[in-house]
Amino acid sequence: MIDVKHIAKLARLGLGKDEEKKFEKELEAILDFVEKLNEAKTEGAEPTAQITGAINVSREDKTEPLWENPEIKKDILANAPAKEGKFFRVKRVLE
Amino acid sequence: MSLNKLTITKAADGLRKKQFSSLELTEAVFSQIKKTDEEIGAFLLLAEEEAQNQAKEIDKKLARGEKLGGIAGIPAAIKDNILVKGLKCTAGSKILENYLAPYDATVVSKLKEAGAVIIGKTNMDEFAMGSSTENSAFKKTKNPQDLSCVPGGSSGGSAAAVAANETIFALGSDTGGSIRQPAAFCGVVGLKPTYGAVSRFGLMAMASSLDQIGPLTKSVEDSQIVFDAIYGKDRLDSTSVASKFQNPADIGNLRIGLPKEYFAQGLEPEVEKSVRSAIEKFSDSGAKIKEISLPFSEYALACYYIIMPSEVSANLARYDGIKYGLSKERDNLLNVYLASRQEGFGDEVRRRVMLGTYTLSAGYYDAYYLKAQKVRTLIKRDFEKAFREVDLIMTPTSPTPAFKLGEKIEDPIKMYLSDIYTVPMNLAGLPALSLPCGRAVRGSGSAEPGGSSGGLPISLQIIGPQWSEPKIFSAALYFEKKFNGLTS
Repeated sequence: MIDVKHIAKLARLGLGKDEEKKFEKELEAILDFVEKLNEAKTEGAEPTAQITGAINVSREDKTEPLWENPEIKKDILANAPAKEGKFFRVKRVLE
Repeated sequence: MSLNKLTITKAADGLRKKQFSSLELTEAVFSQIKKTDEEIGAFLLLAEEEAQNQAKEIDKKLARGEKLGGIAGIPAAIKDNILVKGLKCTAGSKILENYLAPYDATVVSKLKEAGAVIIGKTNMDEFAMGSSTENSAFKKTKNPQDLSCVPGGSSGGSAAAVAANETIFALGSDTGGSIRQPAAFCGVVGLKPTYGAVSRFGLMAMASSLDQIGPLTKSVEDSQIVFDAIYGKDRLDSTSVASKFQNPADIGNLRIGLPKEYFAQGLEPEVEKSVRSAIEKFSDSGAKIKEISLPFSEYALACYYIIMPSEVSANLARYDGIKYGLSKERDNLLNVYLASRQEGFGDEVRRRVMLGTYTLSAGYYDAYYLKAQKVRTLIKRDFEKAFREVDLIMTPTSPTPAFKLGEKIEDPIKMYLSDIYTVPMNLAGLPALSLPCGRAVRGSGSAEPGGSSGGLPISLQIIGPQWSEPKIFSAALYFEKKFNGLTS
């Protein structure tokens, strides 16, 4: 049984009271559906994360010029619900 | 002929010959939108003034005799999860209802440099999660072929806009079929490129290892023109790759594979009939058609529904009510997160975020995510093995034509099954193109291959190895010519 309340909190999603039951039913049905994977014989298969075979693509440790553009910086910050000067304003993280 | 009905090829020809201006072409598209979009609902936002200014710029360049590319002066609609600087970008979600894009996605910069005229943003399932566009927080889009049907999804707005001649072409994104399935439902051409061929920079990430941007167009030639304008390695997307394209196909020597797992239970008989008769057309010119097997196909959808939500749960963590978007004022930070995300996200998004959080959580990771990644390897190997015997694989794009609005929205798994033929290519990173190959009158059982009168479109999917886009295009062009020969 999936503990929807716990998962929702891990996922930082608020749920209404009657929503817990609804999502529990739906998520159980999807998990039943994906159970099928247990039938697949995967011995000897390496996991695939990047399908083109790219591994650890690195770049120089320099800021991309795009992010130095003052207009873009201003526009990015303009989308923030709360800001102070050139910073995002966040509620206290540590009590 | 009304200008808004033109393909890119024909419109570009008319512009070059000065038969009309880009401004006239752009105005024809907007006048169509005003006539039909209230009913169809393809667009979330129109940028009429910006588009007119862009068109005038191009007209000046044309008047000066500047040599411009194939999409210069051509109107384009952009799916609303792709950033266009200065325009709202909502991804169909309430959580981004007022988000203003601070910069252009790489594909948009490329289109702008090539002179395309961006006319607006199209409707979609919230954060591209869905197969009907019914998961948009803002409106339902209707299928221009039959207004009681869905346009498919998640790029339903882009597909409907092209089908209704409300634009000349559109961009969409495809994570598990989101370009190809709506293209099939609306009767237009849709391409999902090789993973890494097109930069994802400025595309709102859904499942990063699967997402690709691609064109929705009125013809195969147009698809190729747009693809040529947008592909290429981009330093802003470290998963983009330098292209290494295969050569176009010689139809006379083409070997085509029909995977038996795709012509099985669940496929509507009239879709099967129409697709099989489409594939037969290739043997007229000497192509060899053979049945093949992709044994891991049966696990593809289950594999997708672990990998995709896992990546979704990580990617959507950024919508937290702090950096942008909807934010609910609460007493502490945790409650700000909980309330903002509860109110901002719709049901399908919350389902997938929770599913991914679960499959990645301690104690379940090996059983779900790691297992799915291994199955992904086996699905990829299936295709590699098949492509040693055949050059291209052909299948239906979707097991059914467009379904009715409301038909599947209450049953997530039923909705998921409509992507059964498109999901495997995303898992394997393969290019695949969907193009119309017939019409179906649902329920009557009478397939009408090549018929153009009435009924819902049926589409053929052409799949190739990574970087086989030129091969896919040449096969699709061959078929399109034959198909149009039948209908005209």
